[in-house]
Amino acid sequence: MIRTVDLTKRFGSFTAVDKLNLEIGRGEIFGFLGANGAGKTTTIRILCGLTRPTSGRAEVAGLDLARRSEQVKRSIGYMSQRFALYEDLKLRENLVFYGGLYRLGPQTSLNKAKPYLERFAMERYTDELVREIPPGYKQRLALICALTHDPPVVFLDEPTSGVDPQARREFWSVISDLAASGKTVIVSTHYMEEAEYCHRVLIMRDGISAAQGSPAELKAAHGVGSMQELFLLLASGE
Amino acid sequence: MNLKRVNGIALKEYNHIIRDPRTLLILMPILQLTIFGYAMRFEIRHVKLAVRDYSHSPASQDLIRKFGATEYFTVQVLNSYSVTPQMLFNTRQAHAVLTIPPSFAAEKGTDRSLQLLIDASDANAAQLVLTYCQEIIASEYGPDLRRVLDVRPKLLYNPDLKSAYFFVPGLIATILVMICALLTSISIAREKELGTLEQLLVSPVTVSDILAGKIAPYVVLALVDAFLILGIGMLLFRVPFLGSFAAFLFYTLIYVVAALCLGLMVSTIAKTQQVAMMMALGMTLLPTLMLSGFIFPIRSMPWILQQVTYIVPARYFLLIIRGIMIKGNTTLELWHSGAALAAISCVALLVAARRFKLKLQ
Repeated sequence: MIRTVDLTKRFGSFTAVDKLNLEIGRGEIFGFLGANGAGKTTTIRILCGLTRPTSGRAEVAGLDLARRSEQVKRSIGYMSQRFALYEDLKLRENLVFYGGLYRLGPQTSLNKAKPYLERFAMERYTDELVREIPPGYKQRLALICALTHDPPVVFLDEPTSGVDPQARREFWSVISDLAASGKTVIVSTHYMEEAEYCHRVLIMRDGISAAQGSPAELKAAHGVGSMQELFLLLASGE
Repeated sequence: MNLKRVNGIALKEYNHIIRDPRTLLILMPILQLTIFGYAMRFEIRHVKLAVRDYSHSPASQDLIRKFGATEYFTVQVLNSYSVTPQMLFNTRQAHAVLTIPPSFAAEKGTDRSLQLLIDASDANAAQLVLTYCQEIIASEYGPDLRRVLDVRPKLLYNPDLKSAYFFVPGLIATILVMICALLTSISIAREKELGTLEQLLVSPVTVSDILAGKIAPYVVLALVDAFLILGIGMLLFRVPFLGSFAAFLFYTLIYVVAALCLGLMVSTIAKTQQVAMMMALGMTLLPTLMLSGFIFPIRSMPWILQQVTYIVPARYFLLIIRGIMIKGNTTLELWHSGAALAAISCVALLVAARRFKLKLQ
Protein backbone atom coordinates (compact mmCIF):
# COMPACT_ATOMS: atom_id res chain seq x y z
CA MET A 1 0.00 0.00 0.00
CA ILE A 2 2.87 2.35 0.69
CA ARG A 3 6.24 2.39 -0.96
CA THR A 4 8.97 4.99 -0.81
CA VAL A 5 12.17 5.11 -2.79
CA ASP A 6 15.02 7.22 -1.48
CA LEU A 7 12.55 9.64 0.05
CA THR A 8 14.40 12.76 1.17
CA LYS A 9 13.33 16.06 2.74
CA ARG A 10 15.68 18.90 3.49
CA PHE A 11 14.82 22.13 5.26
CA GLY A 12 17.73 24.36 4.30
CA SER A 13 20.86 22.53 5.37
CA PHE A 14 18.97 20.31 7.79
CA THR A 15 18.03 16.90 6.43
CA ALA A 16 14.86 15.76 8.15
CA VAL A 17 14.39 12.59 6.16
CA ASP A 18 17.34 10.98 4.39
CA LYS A 19 16.87 8.43 1.59
CA LEU A 20 14.12 6.53 3.29
CA ASN A 21 12.98 3.26 1.69
CA LEU A 22 9.79 1.71 2.93
CA GLU A 23 7.38 -0.96 1.87
CA ILE A 24 4.19 -1.33 3.84
CA GLY A 25 1.55 -3.88 2.91
CA ARG A 26 -2.22 -3.98 3.14
CA GLY A 27 -3.62 -4.68 6.58
CA GLU A 28 -0.36 -3.91 8.29
CA ILE A 29 0.14 -1.91 11.47
CA PHE A 30 3.38 -0.10 10.87
CA GLY A 31 5.02 1.83 13.70
CA PHE A 32 7.28 4.84 13.32
CA LEU A 33 9.56 5.05 16.34
CA GLY A 34 12.25 7.55 17.13
CA ALA A 35 13.24 10.42 19.35
CA ASN A 36 11.83 13.90 18.82
CA GLY A 37 13.17 15.34 15.61
CA ALA A 38 14.11 11.95 14.20
CA GLY A 39 11.89 12.56 11.16
CA LYS A 40 8.74 10.59 12.02
CA THR A 41 6.31 13.44 11.67
CA THR A 42 7.99 14.80 8.55
CA THR A 43 7.72 11.38 6.89
CA ILE A 44 4.04 11.14 7.77
CA ARG A 45 3.42 14.67 6.51
CA ILE A 46 5.08 13.83 3.21
CA LEU A 47 3.00 10.70 2.82
CA CYS A 48 -0.18 12.69 3.54
CA GLY A 49 0.71 15.28 0.94
CA LEU A 50 1.22 18.10 3.46
CA THR A 51 4.90 18.48 2.67
CA ARG A 52 6.61 17.96 -0.65
CA PRO A 53 9.70 15.75 -0.61
CA THR A 54 12.96 17.28 -1.80
CA SER A 55 13.74 14.16 -3.77
CA GLY A 56 12.75 10.53 -4.02
CA ARG A 57 9.41 8.96 -4.78
CA ALA A 58 6.47 7.79 -2.77
CA GLU A 59 3.40 5.73 -3.51
CA VAL A 60 0.40 5.73 -1.23
CA ALA A 61 -2.54 3.38 -1.74
CA GLY A 62 -0.78 2.23 -4.89
CA LEU A 63 -0.83 5.76 -6.37
CA ASP A 64 2.11 7.97 -7.15
CA LEU A 65 2.01 10.78 -4.62
CA ALA A 66 3.49 13.47 -6.84
CA ARG A 67 1.23 12.89 -9.80
CA ARG A 68 -2.04 11.69 -8.31
CA SER A 69 -2.26 13.53 -5.05
CA GLU A 70 -6.01 14.12 -5.49
CA GLN A 71 -6.79 10.42 -5.52
CA VAL A 72 -4.34 9.82 -2.71
CA LYS A 73 -6.16 12.35 -0.57
CA ARG A 74 -9.38 10.42 -0.98
CA SER A 75 -7.72 7.23 0.23
CA ILE A 76 -6.14 8.43 3.42
CA GLY A 77 -7.21 9.38 6.90
CA TYR A 78 -4.94 11.53 9.03
CA MET A 79 -4.91 12.34 12.68
CA SER A 80 -2.32 14.97 13.49
CA GLN A 81 -0.38 15.38 16.70
CA ARG A 82 -2.42 18.33 17.78
CA PHE A 83 -5.85 16.97 17.08
CA ALA A 84 -7.61 19.32 14.76
CA LEU A 85 -11.16 19.83 15.87
CA TYR A 86 -13.39 22.89 15.87
CA GLU A 87 -13.91 23.73 19.50
CA ASP A 88 -16.89 25.94 18.84
CA LEU A 89 -18.72 23.26 16.90
CA LYS A 90 -20.65 20.42 18.44
CA LEU A 91 -19.26 16.90 18.29
CA ARG A 92 -21.95 16.05 15.75
CA GLU A 93 -21.10 19.09 13.63
CA ASN A 94 -17.42 18.19 13.56
CA LEU A 95 -18.28 14.72 12.32
CA VAL A 96 -20.64 16.03 9.68
CA PHE A 97 -18.13 18.62 8.55
CA TYR A 98 -15.23 16.20 8.19
CA GLY A 99 -17.46 13.66 6.49
CA GLY A 100 -18.67 16.38 4.15
CA LEU A 101 -15.12 17.06 3.02
CA TYR A 102 -15.22 13.54 1.59
CA ARG A 103 -18.66 14.14 0.12
CA LEU A 104 -20.49 12.12 2.75
CA GLY A 105 -23.96 13.33 3.58
CA PRO A 106 -24.64 14.35 7.19
CA GLN A 107 -26.56 11.18 8.00
CA THR A 108 -23.95 8.92 6.41
CA SER A 109 -21.19 10.57 8.42
CA LEU A 110 -23.10 10.06 11.65
CA ASN A 111 -23.95 6.47 10.80
CA LYS A 112 -20.32 5.70 10.05
CA ALA A 113 -19.23 7.29 13.31
CA LYS A 114 -21.90 5.64 15.43
CA PRO A 115 -20.12 2.31 16.10
CA TYR A 116 -17.03 4.20 17.24
CA LEU A 117 -19.02 6.55 19.43
CA GLU A 118 -20.64 3.54 21.07
CA ARG A 119 -17.35 1.77 21.45
CA PHE A 120 -15.80 4.77 23.18
CA ALA A 121 -18.98 5.29 25.21
CA MET A 122 -19.17 8.92 24.13
CA GLU A 123 -22.56 9.15 22.48
CA ARG A 124 -23.71 11.34 25.34
CA TYR A 125 -21.41 14.08 24.05
CA THR A 126 -22.91 14.15 20.57
CA ASP A 127 -24.67 17.47 21.05
CA GLU A 128 -21.99 19.08 23.18
CA LEU A 129 -19.62 21.74 21.92
CA VAL A 130 -16.21 20.18 21.55
CA ARG A 131 -14.69 22.69 23.96
CA GLU A 132 -16.92 21.25 26.69
CA ILE A 133 -15.73 17.69 26.17
CA PRO A 134 -12.91 16.22 28.32
CA PRO A 135 -9.54 16.14 26.51
CA GLY A 136 -9.36 12.35 26.32
CA TYR A 137 -12.65 12.29 24.45
CA LYS A 138 -11.56 15.03 22.10
CA GLN A 139 -8.68 12.83 21.11
CA ARG A 140 -11.03 9.91 20.55
CA LEU A 141 -13.21 12.18 18.43
CA ALA A 142 -10.19 13.21 16.36
CA LEU A 143 -9.55 9.55 15.66
CA ILE A 144 -13.17 9.01 14.64
CA CYS A 145 -13.04 12.05 12.35
CA ALA A 146 -10.04 10.53 10.58
CA LEU A 147 -11.94 7.28 10.04
CA THR A 148 -15.50 8.18 9.01
CA HIS A 149 -14.78 8.16 5.31
CA ASP A 150 -13.40 4.61 5.51
CA PRO A 151 -9.93 5.30 4.16
CA PRO A 152 -7.82 2.27 3.18
CA VAL A 153 -4.74 3.97 4.63
CA VAL A 154 -4.73 5.66 8.02
CA PHE A 155 -1.95 7.85 9.40
CA LEU A 156 -1.94 8.46 13.13
CA ASP A 157 0.72 10.85 14.34
CA GLU A 158 1.25 10.11 18.03
CA PRO A 159 -2.41 9.41 18.62
CA THR A 160 -1.91 8.30 22.19
CA SER A 161 0.35 11.03 23.50
CA GLY A 162 -1.10 12.49 26.66
CA VAL A 163 -4.07 10.16 27.04
CA ASP A 164 -4.82 7.91 29.96
CA PRO A 165 -4.05 4.17 29.85
CA GLN A 166 -7.72 3.32 29.40
CA ALA A 167 -7.98 5.45 26.27
CA ARG A 168 -4.70 4.12 25.00
CA ARG A 169 -5.94 0.56 25.26
CA GLU A 170 -9.11 1.55 23.38
CA PHE A 171 -7.08 3.21 20.65
CA TRP A 172 -4.96 0.15 20.11
CA SER A 173 -7.93 -2.14 20.03
CA VAL A 174 -9.43 0.05 17.32
CA ILE A 175 -6.13 0.05 15.43
CA SER A 176 -5.95 -3.75 15.56
CA ASP A 177 -9.51 -4.02 14.27
CA LEU A 178 -8.76 -1.61 11.43
CA ALA A 179 -5.79 -3.72 10.38
CA ALA A 180 -7.84 -6.89 10.69
CA SER A 181 -10.41 -5.39 8.30
CA GLY A 182 -7.67 -4.84 5.74
CA LYS A 183 -6.75 -1.24 6.38
CA THR A 184 -3.17 -0.13 6.55
CA VAL A 185 -2.33 1.83 9.68
CA ILE A 186 0.80 3.91 10.06
CA VAL A 187 1.25 5.07 13.60
CA SER A 188 4.02 7.00 15.26
CA THR A 189 4.58 6.73 18.96
CA HIS A 190 6.86 7.47 21.87
CA TYR A 191 5.65 4.58 23.94
CA MET A 192 7.80 1.52 23.42
CA GLU A 193 5.34 -0.87 24.94
CA GLU A 194 2.96 0.21 22.17
CA ALA A 195 5.56 -0.73 19.60
CA GLU A 196 4.91 -4.34 20.55
CA TYR A 197 1.42 -4.07 19.04
CA CYS A 198 2.84 -3.16 15.64
CA HIS A 199 3.34 -5.79 12.98
CA ARG A 200 6.47 -4.04 11.87
CA VAL A 201 8.30 -0.96 13.02
CA LEU A 202 10.75 1.54 11.64
CA ILE A 203 13.18 3.04 14.09
CA MET A 204 14.35 6.41 12.83
CA ARG A 205 17.40 8.35 13.89
CA ASP A 206 18.40 11.69 12.36
CA GLY A 207 16.20 11.11 9.35
CA ILE A 208 17.57 7.72 8.47
CA SER A 209 16.23 4.25 9.03
CA ALA A 210 18.13 2.74 11.96
CA ALA A 211 16.22 -0.52 11.84
CA GLN A 212 13.15 -1.99 10.21
CA GLY A 213 11.31 -5.23 10.92
CA SER A 214 8.89 -6.96 13.23
CA PRO A 215 9.43 -6.33 16.94
CA ALA A 216 10.30 -10.01 17.50
CA GLU A 217 12.86 -10.08 14.69
CA LEU A 218 14.52 -6.89 15.82
CA LYS A 219 14.74 -7.93 19.44
CA ALA A 220 16.27 -11.26 18.45
CA ALA A 221 18.70 -9.69 16.01
CA HIS A 222 20.02 -7.25 18.57
CA GLY A 223 19.83 -9.62 21.48
CA VAL A 224 17.61 -7.46 23.68
CA GLY A 225 14.58 -8.41 25.75
CA SER A 226 12.26 -5.47 25.11
CA MET A 227 11.54 -2.75 22.59
CA GLN A 228 12.56 -0.26 25.24
CA GLU A 229 16.10 -1.64 25.31
CA LEU A 230 16.18 -1.90 21.55
CA PHE A 231 15.08 1.69 21.22
CA LEU A 232 17.72 2.96 23.62
CA LEU A 233 20.30 0.95 21.75
CA LEU A 234 19.33 2.18 18.29
CA ALA A 235 17.57 5.50 18.54
CA SER A 236 20.25 7.16 20.61
CA GLY A 237 22.88 6.01 18.14
CA GLU A 238 25.30 4.78 20.78
CA MET B 1 -15.22 23.05 -7.15
CA ASN B 2 -17.74 20.77 -5.54
CA LEU B 3 -21.00 22.28 -4.32
CA LYS B 4 -21.50 19.75 -1.56
CA ARG B 5 -18.14 20.53 -0.06
CA VAL B 6 -18.57 24.28 -0.48
CA ASN B 7 -21.88 23.89 1.27
CA GLY B 8 -20.30 21.94 4.11
CA ILE B 9 -17.65 24.56 4.64
CA ALA B 10 -20.20 27.37 4.44
CA LEU B 11 -22.36 25.64 7.03
CA LYS B 12 -19.41 25.19 9.36
CA GLU B 13 -18.45 28.83 8.85
CA TYR B 14 -22.03 29.84 9.67
CA ASN B 15 -21.77 27.96 12.95
CA HIS B 16 -18.52 29.75 13.75
CA ILE B 17 -20.17 33.07 13.01
CA ILE B 18 -23.19 32.58 15.21
CA ARG B 19 -21.04 31.31 18.09
CA ASP B 20 -18.28 33.86 17.95
CA PRO B 21 -18.91 36.91 20.14
CA ARG B 22 -16.80 38.93 17.71
CA THR B 23 -19.73 38.68 15.31
CA LEU B 24 -21.30 41.44 17.39
CA LEU B 25 -18.91 43.71 15.54
CA ILE B 26 -21.61 44.00 12.94
CA LEU B 27 -23.61 46.05 15.41
CA MET B 28 -20.81 48.58 15.57
CA PRO B 29 -22.40 50.77 12.89
CA ILE B 30 -25.10 51.94 15.27
CA LEU B 31 -22.45 53.29 17.58
CA GLN B 32 -20.43 54.74 14.76
CA LEU B 33 -23.37 56.49 13.17
CA THR B 34 -23.89 58.44 16.36
CA ILE B 35 -20.22 59.16 16.85
CA PHE B 36 -19.79 60.44 13.35
CA GLY B 37 -22.89 62.58 13.61
CA TYR B 38 -20.92 65.78 13.52
CA ALA B 39 -20.67 68.14 10.67
CA MET B 40 -17.12 68.10 9.40
CA ARG B 41 -15.28 70.82 7.57
CA PHE B 42 -12.15 70.41 5.56
CA GLU B 43 -10.32 72.52 3.09
CA ILE B 44 -10.51 71.47 -0.52
CA ARG B 45 -8.63 72.49 -3.62
CA HIS B 46 -8.69 72.00 -7.36
CA VAL B 47 -12.43 71.88 -7.69
CA LYS B 48 -13.34 71.22 -11.30
CA LEU B 49 -15.27 74.28 -12.36
CA ALA B 50 -16.89 74.33 -15.78
CA VAL B 51 -17.74 77.76 -17.16
CA ARG B 52 -20.37 78.47 -19.78
CA ASP B 53 -19.59 81.92 -20.99
CA TYR B 54 -22.45 83.38 -23.04
CA SER B 55 -21.10 86.86 -22.60
CA HIS B 56 -17.66 86.62 -24.23
CA SER B 57 -16.83 90.04 -22.91
CA PRO B 58 -13.66 91.38 -21.31
CA ALA B 59 -15.58 91.46 -18.04
CA SER B 60 -16.49 87.78 -18.22
CA GLN B 61 -12.96 86.77 -19.30
CA ASP B 62 -11.65 88.70 -16.37
CA LEU B 63 -13.93 86.89 -13.97
CA ILE B 64 -12.88 83.51 -15.37
CA ARG B 65 -9.23 84.44 -14.95
CA LYS B 66 -9.92 85.31 -11.33
CA PHE B 67 -11.28 81.82 -10.73
CA GLY B 68 -8.36 80.22 -12.54
CA ALA B 69 -5.81 82.21 -10.53
CA THR B 70 -6.77 80.58 -7.25
CA GLU B 71 -5.71 77.11 -6.27
CA TYR B 72 -9.26 76.28 -5.36
CA PHE B 73 -10.41 75.86 -8.91
CA THR B 74 -9.38 74.15 -12.08
CA VAL B 75 -11.33 76.06 -14.66
CA GLN B 76 -12.59 74.58 -17.87
CA VAL B 77 -14.37 76.90 -20.28
CA LEU B 78 -16.95 75.03 -22.29
CA ASN B 79 -17.15 75.69 -25.98
CA SER B 80 -20.27 73.74 -26.59
CA TYR B 81 -23.47 75.09 -25.14
CA SER B 82 -25.31 71.86 -25.65
CA VAL B 83 -23.62 70.30 -22.62
CA THR B 84 -25.94 70.58 -19.66
CA PRO B 85 -24.66 70.88 -16.08
CA GLN B 86 -26.44 67.62 -15.24
CA MET B 87 -24.40 65.78 -17.82
CA LEU B 88 -21.21 67.23 -16.40
CA PHE B 89 -22.16 66.23 -12.88
CA ASN B 90 -23.22 62.75 -13.78
CA THR B 91 -20.01 62.07 -15.62
CA ARG B 92 -18.05 63.82 -12.87
CA GLN B 93 -16.36 66.18 -15.27
CA ALA B 94 -17.30 69.11 -13.11
CA HIS B 95 -18.20 69.78 -9.50
CA ALA B 96 -19.49 73.24 -10.14
CA VAL B 97 -20.81 74.95 -13.23
CA LEU B 98 -20.76 78.72 -13.59
CA THR B 99 -22.99 80.24 -16.23
CA ILE B 100 -22.30 83.79 -17.35
CA PRO B 101 -25.30 85.17 -19.24
CA PRO B 102 -24.96 87.50 -22.26
CA SER B 103 -26.20 90.39 -20.16
CA PHE B 104 -23.16 90.17 -17.92
CA ALA B 105 -21.16 92.78 -19.81
CA ALA B 106 -23.98 95.28 -19.78
CA GLU B 107 -23.77 98.47 -17.86
CA LYS B 108 -24.62 98.85 -14.25
CA GLY B 109 -28.21 98.95 -13.32
CA THR B 110 -29.22 96.15 -15.63
CA ASP B 111 -29.61 92.53 -14.61
CA ARG B 112 -26.15 91.10 -14.13
CA SER B 113 -26.91 87.81 -12.42
CA LEU B 114 -24.68 84.78 -12.63
CA GLN B 115 -25.73 81.20 -12.24
CA LEU B 116 -23.65 78.89 -10.11
CA LEU B 117 -24.57 75.20 -9.90
CA ILE B 118 -22.75 73.04 -7.39
CA ASP B 119 -22.77 69.27 -7.13
CA ALA B 120 -23.70 68.82 -3.51
CA SER B 121 -23.74 65.07 -3.39
CA ASP B 122 -20.66 65.69 -1.28
CA ALA B 123 -22.16 68.26 1.04
CA ASN B 124 -18.96 69.22 2.74
CA ALA B 125 -17.19 70.00 -0.50
CA ALA B 126 -20.18 71.85 -1.91
CA GLN B 127 -20.36 74.17 1.06
CA LEU B 128 -16.72 75.07 0.63
CA VAL B 129 -17.02 75.57 -3.10
CA LEU B 130 -19.89 77.95 -2.50
CA THR B 131 -17.90 79.95 0.02
CA TYR B 132 -14.90 80.18 -2.31
CA CYS B 133 -17.02 81.35 -5.21
CA GLN B 134 -18.69 84.03 -3.19
CA GLU B 135 -15.33 85.25 -1.98
CA ILE B 136 -13.87 85.45 -5.45
CA ILE B 137 -16.85 87.26 -6.88
CA ALA B 138 -16.95 89.65 -3.98
CA SER B 139 -13.25 90.45 -4.27
CA GLU B 140 -13.66 91.07 -7.97
CA TYR B 141 -16.38 93.61 -7.61
CA GLY B 142 -15.72 94.96 -4.17
CA PRO B 143 -18.05 94.73 -1.23
CA ASP B 144 -20.45 97.34 -2.59
CA LEU B 145 -21.01 95.41 -5.74
CA ARG B 146 -22.80 92.70 -3.88
CA ARG B 147 -25.88 94.73 -4.50
CA VAL B 148 -25.25 94.97 -8.21
CA LEU B 149 -24.22 91.40 -8.69
CA ASP B 150 -26.85 89.04 -7.42
CA VAL B 151 -25.34 85.61 -6.88
CA ARG B 152 -27.99 83.07 -6.15
CA PRO B 153 -26.32 79.72 -5.77
CA LYS B 154 -28.41 76.65 -6.27
CA LEU B 155 -27.18 73.46 -4.68
CA LEU B 156 -28.04 70.33 -6.52
CA TYR B 157 -28.83 66.94 -4.96
CA ASN B 158 -28.37 68.08 -1.39
CA PRO B 159 -29.90 71.54 -1.20
CA ASP B 160 -29.69 71.80 2.58
CA LEU B 161 -26.09 70.58 2.74
CA LYS B 162 -26.95 68.04 5.38
CA SER B 163 -23.88 66.32 6.69
CA ALA B 164 -25.82 63.09 7.03
CA TYR B 165 -25.83 62.90 3.25
CA PHE B 166 -22.11 62.84 3.53
CA PHE B 167 -21.42 60.53 6.41
CA VAL B 168 -24.07 57.87 5.94
CA PRO B 169 -22.77 56.68 2.54
CA GLY B 170 -19.23 57.04 3.82
CA LEU B 171 -19.99 54.96 6.86
CA ILE B 172 -21.65 52.26 4.83
CA ALA B 173 -18.46 52.04 2.78
CA THR B 174 -16.15 52.09 5.80
CA ILE B 175 -18.05 49.68 7.97
CA LEU B 176 -18.66 47.14 5.25
CA VAL B 177 -15.05 46.90 4.18
CA MET B 178 -13.86 46.75 7.76
CA ILE B 179 -16.25 44.07 8.93
CA CYS B 180 -15.80 41.91 5.86
CA ALA B 181 -12.02 42.03 5.87
CA LEU B 182 -11.88 41.55 9.62
CA LEU B 183 -14.17 38.56 9.82
CA THR B 184 -12.70 36.64 6.90
CA SER B 185 -9.13 37.43 7.88
CA ILE B 186 -9.75 35.78 11.21
CA SER B 187 -11.32 32.77 9.59
CA ILE B 188 -8.32 31.20 7.92
CA ALA B 189 -5.81 32.37 10.51
CA ARG B 190 -7.98 30.63 13.09
CA GLU B 191 -7.76 27.37 11.21
CA LYS B 192 -4.01 27.79 11.07
CA GLU B 193 -3.80 28.36 14.80
CA LEU B 194 -6.02 25.41 15.61
CA GLY B 195 -4.26 23.11 13.19
CA THR B 196 -7.52 22.39 11.41
CA LEU B 197 -6.13 23.83 8.19
CA GLU B 198 -3.89 20.77 7.86
CA GLN B 199 -6.88 18.56 8.28
CA LEU B 200 -8.50 20.41 5.38
CA LEU B 201 -5.37 20.11 3.28
CA VAL B 202 -5.12 16.33 3.65
CA SER B 203 -8.72 16.00 2.51
CA PRO B 204 -9.71 16.18 -1.16
CA VAL B 205 -11.04 19.72 -0.68
CA THR B 206 -9.76 22.15 -3.27
CA VAL B 207 -8.62 25.70 -2.65
CA SER B 208 -11.64 27.06 -4.46
CA ASP B 209 -13.95 24.94 -2.27
CA ILE B 210 -12.41 26.47 0.82
CA LEU B 211 -12.41 30.05 -0.44
CA ALA B 212 -15.95 29.87 -1.78
CA GLY B 213 -17.25 28.15 1.34
CA LYS B 214 -15.65 30.78 3.51
CA ILE B 215 -16.86 33.77 1.54
CA ALA B 216 -20.49 32.74 1.08
CA PRO B 217 -21.84 33.17 4.63
CA TYR B 218 -20.05 36.48 5.08
CA VAL B 219 -21.58 37.87 1.91
CA VAL B 220 -25.01 37.33 3.41
CA LEU B 221 -23.93 38.79 6.73
CA ALA B 222 -22.41 41.86 5.09
CA LEU B 223 -25.46 42.53 2.93
CA VAL B 224 -27.68 42.38 5.98
CA ASP B 225 -25.35 44.84 7.64
CA ALA B 226 -25.39 47.16 4.63
CA PHE B 227 -29.16 47.37 4.70
CA LEU B 228 -29.08 47.81 8.47
CA ILE B 229 -26.86 50.88 8.19
CA LEU B 230 -28.83 52.19 5.25
CA GLY B 231 -32.05 51.74 7.22
CA ILE B 232 -30.69 53.61 10.22
CA GLY B 233 -29.37 56.35 7.96
CA MET B 234 -32.70 56.78 6.26
CA LEU B 235 -34.77 56.59 9.43
CA LEU B 236 -32.65 58.62 11.83
CA PHE B 237 -30.90 60.97 9.50
CA ARG B 238 -33.43 61.23 6.69
CA VAL B 239 -30.90 60.41 4.02
CA PRO B 240 -32.59 60.21 0.66
CA PHE B 241 -32.42 57.21 -1.60
CA LEU B 242 -33.08 58.30 -5.15
CA GLY B 243 -31.69 55.33 -7.04
CA SER B 244 -32.91 51.78 -7.13
CA PHE B 245 -32.38 49.23 -4.41
CA ALA B 246 -31.51 46.69 -7.07
CA ALA B 247 -28.55 48.81 -8.16
CA PHE B 248 -27.56 49.26 -4.53
CA LEU B 249 -27.75 45.54 -3.90
CA PHE B 250 -25.82 44.74 -7.04
CA TYR B 251 -22.92 47.08 -6.35
CA THR B 252 -22.86 46.38 -2.62
CA LEU B 253 -22.50 42.72 -3.47
CA ILE B 254 -19.50 43.45 -5.66
CA TYR B 255 -17.99 45.67 -2.99
CA VAL B 256 -18.54 43.16 -0.23
CA VAL B 257 -16.95 40.39 -2.27
CA ALA B 258 -13.94 42.63 -2.90
CA ALA B 259 -13.61 43.30 0.83
CA LEU B 260 -13.98 39.62 1.68
CA CYS B 261 -11.32 38.71 -0.85
CA LEU B 262 -8.99 41.25 0.74
CA GLY B 263 -9.67 39.64 4.10
CA LEU B 264 -8.92 36.21 2.71
CA MET B 265 -5.70 37.48 1.22
CA VAL B 266 -4.65 38.92 4.57
CA SER B 267 -5.50 35.73 6.37
CA THR B 268 -3.41 33.56 4.10
CA ILE B 269 -0.44 35.80 4.87
CA ALA B 270 -0.92 36.35 8.60
CA LYS B 271 0.07 33.51 10.91
CA THR B 272 -2.13 34.25 13.89
CA GLN B 273 -5.57 35.70 14.40
CA GLN B 274 -4.09 38.70 16.19
CA VAL B 275 -1.85 39.56 13.29
CA ALA B 276 -4.65 38.94 10.83
CA MET B 277 -6.95 41.34 12.67
CA MET B 278 -4.30 44.03 12.82
CA MET B 279 -3.50 43.67 9.16
CA ALA B 280 -7.15 43.67 8.12
CA LEU B 281 -7.85 46.79 10.15
CA GLY B 282 -4.73 48.51 8.86
CA MET B 283 -5.60 47.71 5.29
CA THR B 284 -9.19 48.84 5.52
CA LEU B 285 -9.96 51.36 8.23
CA LEU B 286 -7.38 54.07 7.69
CA PRO B 287 -7.24 53.89 3.88
CA THR B 288 -11.01 54.03 3.75
CA LEU B 289 -11.24 57.02 6.03
CA MET B 290 -8.29 58.87 4.52
CA LEU B 291 -7.95 57.80 0.92
CA SER B 292 -11.40 56.98 -0.35
CA GLY B 293 -12.68 60.52 -0.68
CA PHE B 294 -14.96 59.92 2.30
CA ILE B 295 -13.47 62.66 4.44
CA PHE B 296 -10.75 64.23 2.33
CA PRO B 297 -11.51 64.97 -1.31
CA ILE B 298 -9.22 62.96 -3.53
CA ARG B 299 -8.63 65.84 -5.94
CA SER B 300 -6.88 67.89 -3.28
CA MET B 301 -4.41 65.13 -2.36
CA PRO B 302 -0.80 65.08 -3.53
CA TRP B 303 -0.32 63.21 -6.80
CA ILE B 304 1.27 60.16 -5.22
CA LEU B 305 -1.58 59.70 -2.74
CA GLN B 306 -4.10 60.12 -5.52
CA GLN B 307 -2.50 57.14 -7.23
CA VAL B 308 -2.77 55.09 -4.05
CA THR B 309 -6.49 55.74 -3.90
CA TYR B 310 -6.97 53.65 -7.01
CA ILE B 311 -6.41 50.48 -4.99
CA VAL B 312 -8.74 51.49 -2.17
CA PRO B 313 -12.05 49.70 -2.82
CA ALA B 314 -14.03 52.27 -0.89
CA ARG B 315 -13.00 54.94 -3.39
CA TYR B 316 -15.13 53.25 -6.01
CA PHE B 317 -17.91 52.25 -3.72
CA LEU B 318 -18.27 55.73 -2.33
CA LEU B 319 -18.76 57.09 -5.82
CA ILE B 320 -21.32 54.36 -6.44
CA ILE B 321 -23.24 54.74 -3.26
CA ARG B 322 -23.32 58.55 -3.29
CA GLY B 323 -24.37 58.30 -6.89
CA ILE B 324 -27.19 55.88 -6.20
CA MET B 325 -28.48 57.41 -2.99
CA ILE B 326 -28.12 61.08 -3.61
CA LYS B 327 -28.00 61.53 -7.35
CA GLY B 328 -30.12 58.61 -8.42
CA ASN B 329 -27.47 57.20 -10.74
CA THR B 330 -28.45 54.07 -12.61
CA THR B 331 -26.56 50.78 -12.66
CA LEU B 332 -25.19 51.53 -16.10
CA GLU B 333 -23.81 54.93 -15.20
CA LEU B 334 -21.63 53.38 -12.52
CA TRP B 335 -20.18 50.41 -14.34
CA HIS B 336 -16.61 51.79 -14.33
CA SER B 337 -16.45 51.72 -10.57
CA GLY B 338 -18.08 48.31 -10.44
CA ALA B 339 -15.51 46.94 -12.85
CA ALA B 340 -12.67 48.39 -10.77
CA LEU B 341 -14.03 46.67 -7.68
CA ALA B 342 -14.35 43.39 -9.53
CA ALA B 343 -10.73 43.73 -10.63
CA ILE B 344 -9.61 44.27 -7.04
CA SER B 345 -11.50 41.13 -5.98
CA CYS B 346 -9.84 39.09 -8.71
CA VAL B 347 -6.35 40.18 -7.76
CA ALA B 348 -6.94 39.57 -4.05
CA LEU B 349 -8.49 36.18 -4.75
CA LEU B 350 -5.61 35.15 -6.97
CA VAL B 351 -3.08 36.14 -4.35
CA ALA B 352 -5.08 34.27 -1.69
CA ALA B 353 -5.28 31.14 -3.83
CA ARG B 354 -1.58 31.29 -4.62
CA ARG B 355 -0.59 31.79 -1.02
CA PHE B 356 -2.78 28.89 -0.11
CA LYS B 357 -1.11 26.57 -2.56
CA LEU B 358 2.32 27.62 -1.35
CA LYS B 359 1.48 26.11 2.01
CA LEU B 360 1.90 22.70 0.49
CA GLN B 361 5.57 23.21 -0.22
